[in-house]
Amino acid sequence: MTAALRCEKLVKRYGDVTAVDGLDLEVESGECFGLLGPNGAGKTTTVEILEGLTEPTAGSVEVLGMRWSDSERALRERIGLSLQETHFPERLTVREVLRLFRSFFSAGRSVDEVLDLVSLREKQDAWTEKLSGGQRQRLAVAVGLVGDPQVLFLDEPTTGLDPQSRRQLWDIITGFGKEGRTVLLTTHYMDEAEKLCNRVAIVDRGKVIALGTPQALIDSLGGPQIVEVQTQRPARDLGQLAGVHAHKESDGAHLFTVEQLHVALPEILRALEPSGIENLVTRRATLEDVFVQLTGRRLRE
Amino acid sequence: MSPFLELTGTRLKLFVREPGAVFWTFGFPLILTVALGIAFRNRPPEPSVVAVTSNSLKTALLGDEQLSLRVLDEREAREALRTGKVDLVVEPGPPITYLYDSTRPESRLARATTDLKLHPHGEPATLDKPVTEPGSRYIDFLIPGLIGINLMTAGMWGIGYVLVEIRVKKLLKRMVATPMSRAQFLFSFVVMRSLFLLVELPVLLGFAWIAFHVGIAGSLALFLAVALLGGLMFAGLGLLMASRAQNQHTVNGLINLLQFPMFVGSGVFFSISRFPAALQPWLKLLPLTALNDALRAILIDGAGVRGIAVQVGIMAGYALAAFAVALRIFRWR
Repeated sequence: MTAALRCEKLVKRYGDVTAVDGLDLEVESGECFGLLGPNGAGKTTTVEILEGLTEPTAGSVEVLGMRWSDSERALRERIGLSLQETHFPERLTVREVLRLFRSFFSAGRSVDEVLDLVSLREKQDAWTEKLSGGQRQRLAVAVGLVGDPQVLFLDEPTTGLDPQSRRQLWDIITGFGKEGRTVLLTTHYMDEAEKLCNRVAIVDRGKVIALGTPQALIDSLGGPQIVEVQTQRPARDLGQLAGVHAHKESDGAHLFTVEQLHVALPEILRALEPSGIENLVTRRATLEDVFVQLTGRRLRE
Repeated sequence: MSPFLELTGTRLKLFVREPGAVFWTFGFPLILTVALGIAFRNRPPEPSVVAVTSNSLKTALLGDEQLSLRVLDEREAREALRTGKVDLVVEPGPPITYLYDSTRPESRLARATTDLKLHPHGEPATLDKPVTEPGSRYIDFLIPGLIGINLMTAGMWGIGYVLVEIRVKKLLKRMVATPMSRAQFLFSFVVMRSLFLLVELPVLLGFAWIAFHVGIAGSLALFLAVALLGGLMFAGLGLLMASRAQNQHTVNGLINLLQFPMFVGSGVFFSISRFPAALQPWLKLLPLTALNDALRAILIDGAGVRGIAVQVGIMAGYALAAFAVALRIFRWR
């Protein structure tokens, strides 16, 4: 079976800036795949290369087994997308925008079908300038769906949205995936990637630095629990604590990766007591912790 | 539904939903015509340009700073009067005959100044032949110029500015990410402009006829065809201005830069014969000059296709070159 998306040794340079630096990726058909990384990691550039909107400086790209250079028209008919930002004409109605975009495809879904899919039926006659941020984003996704694509690209589909709007979009994306189609989305929200994606690639500085299912990546931390402690003074060498898999400290902010909370917590408390504990939080490990573990930086900085 | 009809329909919808754009396209030219139609009575004083048909008259009139004299034969002199190049024609007679448009204050002034010089003691042995029939007045000169300038601004802004706006909003990028035909997309703009022209022109021409009795001496069909060609040419130039610009400021600047010399030097409000002779061949090469000259030749002189072949050639050249270059360098992202 051919992969839905494949790129090898992808490089994109803008002058002196290298946005994508030898990135390899393979996305299976029917998969919901997430590109996770901080702003400026090269996610958007990668996606736009896959979408045939940007020429790579080097490397090869295949979408549905075809190449952009010789099958552009056929590919355009088969993919759908939403860009990070698109301003649809303010004085077109939702229905008119969908009609216009639907007319570009030789086959696809009906406007009504798509309106229902993204729950914009009540807003179908509203000018796009009257839509809320969430509605606008759903319209952008709807425009990506009118051609009934086999692959859907979504570039930060929920950035800046309120929790309810995000949930609505998640439902739309999940629904699309259930039909056995491929989704590639970028995000810098860990919870989004964990919730939606079968697999994620963590991207940093134009490279994939980790790849796998969200669970496998979290498991790679060595423990499912995180203990964060703030102390008044930097702690002396803590040595090996029972039940603690990894420990990082900067300026009295400690991060412990822990296998079993009830074993590790008493040990941590005893070890840090002399440094003056100010604050203690425990939580489940997330993809963010994977990123921190790998790069020493946080995702949103 | 055909994508091309959808694209064109979308352009039309967006246009009529923008009251400002509607006003600038249809309302403003009308207001300008009315205002100028009235205001042409109040042009600033400058030396009266007088055509005389004999050298003895020239000698008699020499030495008056308020008169600028040209010796022409009778036919040339009438032609010059008709096209607004001179304010008055004096024929030796006897009796000395004045030909002028009595609705033009410059003409009346020229007549008074000339008569005072010729007959300082007021001997009224002269014959006045007021020339006020349509075709010889300033308004007849002005209407084709206004149509030309309207075609220019509407084409350049309506296409150039709007395209850049679509690019800035990333809508262009979003559209080329679909199987949309790029040629159809651009062509929809040209078709929309042509459709508007077919509304604009009858309105302006109808108004000019009703308010000022400005009629078309030549063929209406030819007039419309030339206007369409002019519209096409400026659509091409608008497209060219928009082909690389990454924001509205850039395209604003480019359009203004291109339009400014034509506002002044293309004979919209006054004949380019007022410019130095060395400049005139260059001014005649401006896109708007070619359009104005052709429109005027049809409207005032009743010229046929052969009479405007040069202008049509210039316009077709600009249109072809502009589209060819624009399509080659157009930035689709």
